[in-house]
Amino acid sequence: MTVRARAWRGAVVLAAAALLAACGNDSGTPSSGNSGGGAPALDGTGDFTFATGKDTSNNMQKLADKWNADNPNEKVRIVELPESADGQRQQMVQNAQVKSDAFTVLNLDVVWTAEFAANKWVVELPQDQFKLSEFLQPAVDTAKYRDKLYAVPVYSDGGMLYYRKDLLDKVGVQAPKTWADLTAACLKVKALPEAANMSCYAGQFEKYEGLTVNFAEAVQSAGGVIVNKDGKPDVNTAAAKTGLDTLVQGFKTGAIPQKAITYKEEDGRRAFQAGELLFHRQWPYAYAKAQQNDGSSQIVGKFDVAPLPGVTGPGSSSLGGHNFAISAFAKNKASALKFIQFFTSEENERSNLLATSQAPTRTSLYEDAQLIKQFPYLATLKASILSAVPRPKAVKYGDVTAAIQENAYGALTGTKTTDAALKDLQTKLEELVK
Amino acid sequence: MDRKEIVVTTTAPAPPAGPPKARKQSPQMSPQGSGKLAALLLSPTFVVLGLVIAYPLISAMRESLYRKPEGVDESGFVQEGDIWVGIKNYTDIFKGDTADRFWNAFGNTSLFTLTSVSIEIVIGVAMALIMHHAMRGKGLVRASILVPWAIPTAVSALLWKWIFQTDGIANAILNQQILWTAEGQQAFWAVVIADTWKTAPFIGLLTLAGLQIISGEVYEAAKVDGANAWRTFWQITLPLVKPALLVAVLFRVLDVLRMFDLPFVMIGEHKHSVETLSMLAYDEAFNVRYGPAAAYATLLFIYVVIVALVFVKLLGADVIGEAKAKKKAVKERMVLTTLPAAVVISSSGAVR
Repeated sequence: MTVRARAWRGAVVLAAAALLAACGNDSGTPSSGNSGGGAPALDGTGDFTFATGKDTSNNMQKLADKWNADNPNEKVRIVELPESADGQRQQMVQNAQVKSDAFTVLNLDVVWTAEFAANKWVVELPQDQFKLSEFLQPAVDTAKYRDKLYAVPVYSDGGMLYYRKDLLDKVGVQAPKTWADLTAACLKVKALPEAANMSCYAGQFEKYEGLTVNFAEAVQSAGGVIVNKDGKPDVNTAAAKTGLDTLVQGFKTGAIPQKAITYKEEDGRRAFQAGELLFHRQWPYAYAKAQQNDGSSQIVGKFDVAPLPGVTGPGSSSLGGHNFAISAFAKNKASALKFIQFFTSEENERSNLLATSQAPTRTSLYEDAQLIKQFPYLATLKASILSAVPRPKAVKYGDVTAAIQENAYGALTGTKTTDAALKDLQTKLEELVK
Repeated sequence: MDRKEIVVTTTAPAPPAGPPKARKQSPQMSPQGSGKLAALLLSPTFVVLGLVIAYPLISAMRESLYRKPEGVDESGFVQEGDIWVGIKNYTDIFKGDTADRFWNAFGNTSLFTLTSVSIEIVIGVAMALIMHHAMRGKGLVRASILVPWAIPTAVSALLWKWIFQTDGIANAILNQQILWTAEGQQAFWAVVIADTWKTAPFIGLLTLAGLQIISGEVYEAAKVDGANAWRTFWQITLPLVKPALLVAVLFRVLDVLRMFDLPFVMIGEHKHSVETLSMLAYDEAFNVRYGPAAAYATLLFIYVVIVALVFVKLLGADVIGEAKAKKKAVKERMVLTTLPAAVVISSSGAVR
């Protein structure tokens, strides 16, 4: 047989193998999902898994061990997912696509609730099983989709303004409440010899989810919205322009250093801890880190936190945090439900706060005198969360945040004017958020 | 079927005892029999190849003809199932509102390939020429030159990201404040530098292998004829090392066309100056739009196949070592040589 004939034979065998294997694919016609009339009963008891991002404090493992000791027939196993939020989402989505029961309890970021609920990757939870009134209402709101509860808030997060108290005291200025106050305070402080090389302000401006958060906060601080009360996008407004211009002008005048365009959370925190920034918009986790006495922080005891500034008064932060949901494809959903109730009990949320210094979701913990003594920023944090505005709730959240990042980054780097950026963003959001 | 005789010369040693049935026949096996045996022996390999290469490829192509339903129904749930859209995914890529992004990515991918591979060829051949000469610790130098190649790409991307930080070493040495990871030309060059560092050794090592085959007598003859170093290099070394160099360049070109992890980890997503076609496919898949993602992946596959064919046919890259083939045999063998190229390409095929 010639080389050519042999080659063709081989190709035919290959193609046959491929076609045989490909034959097994279904392609169904689209069908609408069942309309859920009340939460379905969750059944199944036994062992289950808990899929979460990196457990930096090891407290999740401690609580899991405590649960396992009390519930030997319903043991939980922690499945650690990648550290980045995108990595976690990808793993959970892939798990859902193949309808695998590998993950039972899912640790969802607050912005994923709509997507996971609409795609039926998580099940509705019975609202009567949780005393939702004891939780912070904005946090509970992030766990709902179309007024049905799909997750339980476990960790919350709100942005705060970190500032150099020592330097502001030197020039006799209080923590600024408005952007104008902030700029004025900065001018005064920069007149001091030791602050000559400092920059005024930085947040998170790299092209990632943090930019969406900072953009939303800037727009909110001027009284604007990205999505209005009815859920329709309304970002091409004068208020939003004022908010975005604050950041754009900050870059132009040098109040925000040029390199802040590459800042994610850790970059900004390091710059603040090294004494390069006077004001810094950051999440609460940085408080404990900046107070560490191991030499990593130059500002131990020299800083404090305040609510974010606005244009005419205080601003509002973007709501962050994590909720626990139950995968629709898991067995043993009843055990998972009990585990979530266990994890969100007051005692266990307190242990989480003590171990990780992340914001708890139970209101009572913010009023505990002993905790306030240990975490002096709790009052500011509670105020931040209660006034926080969630990011747009959309099933296609990935596209929404990409559109916001694209236009905000363009405006901040000067490749787009703020008018063009907001106009393009409005057009894109109208397509996505219906 | 072709009636070419396969002449098997009987060699001096007797055939081993306990032979399979086929051997008991006459030493000159009929072409039919040996063909059947060849097919039988090769079929497990073909089945595995079919499962691992052809199935994902065809599955991705099939996926690119479907789309998931858009929007939610009245109760707020996403509709399930796939809708047949034919080539709409492809026409949307070329003419829809994401067309700019596609052409930008196409341009970036091609530019990365041209720039990166050209620089790597120069540096790689220079490295090979240096390594070729006898020196102390030759073995150590050759082993250590492969260290960048051995580091996983994502890890090297993190290392270079650290170097290219605004407060990092690169800016300290250059005494500048270049924002390497922000949008712009400098991000492009950051990726090119990181990629070249990582893979120039690969070209260097393959070229070194090619150099070592050249017999020393050729150089001696050149010296006798009075050729200087430059002429020796251009007219003797380079033509003789061309087969090895072309294979190395072909593999590098195919690699850079598929590049994903370096710009993704080092610079970040959605950055226009470094977005490549693979990143586009990933972005669509990330947003659970597998139809368009498969369409991007298939387009990338076709692009890579075209480039591989150009290399093999026009430039004569000798992928499976048949340099002494006659022209007629080269034509017949074109089918076979593109199969190994397909093996290399296959990893760009499926996105799921």
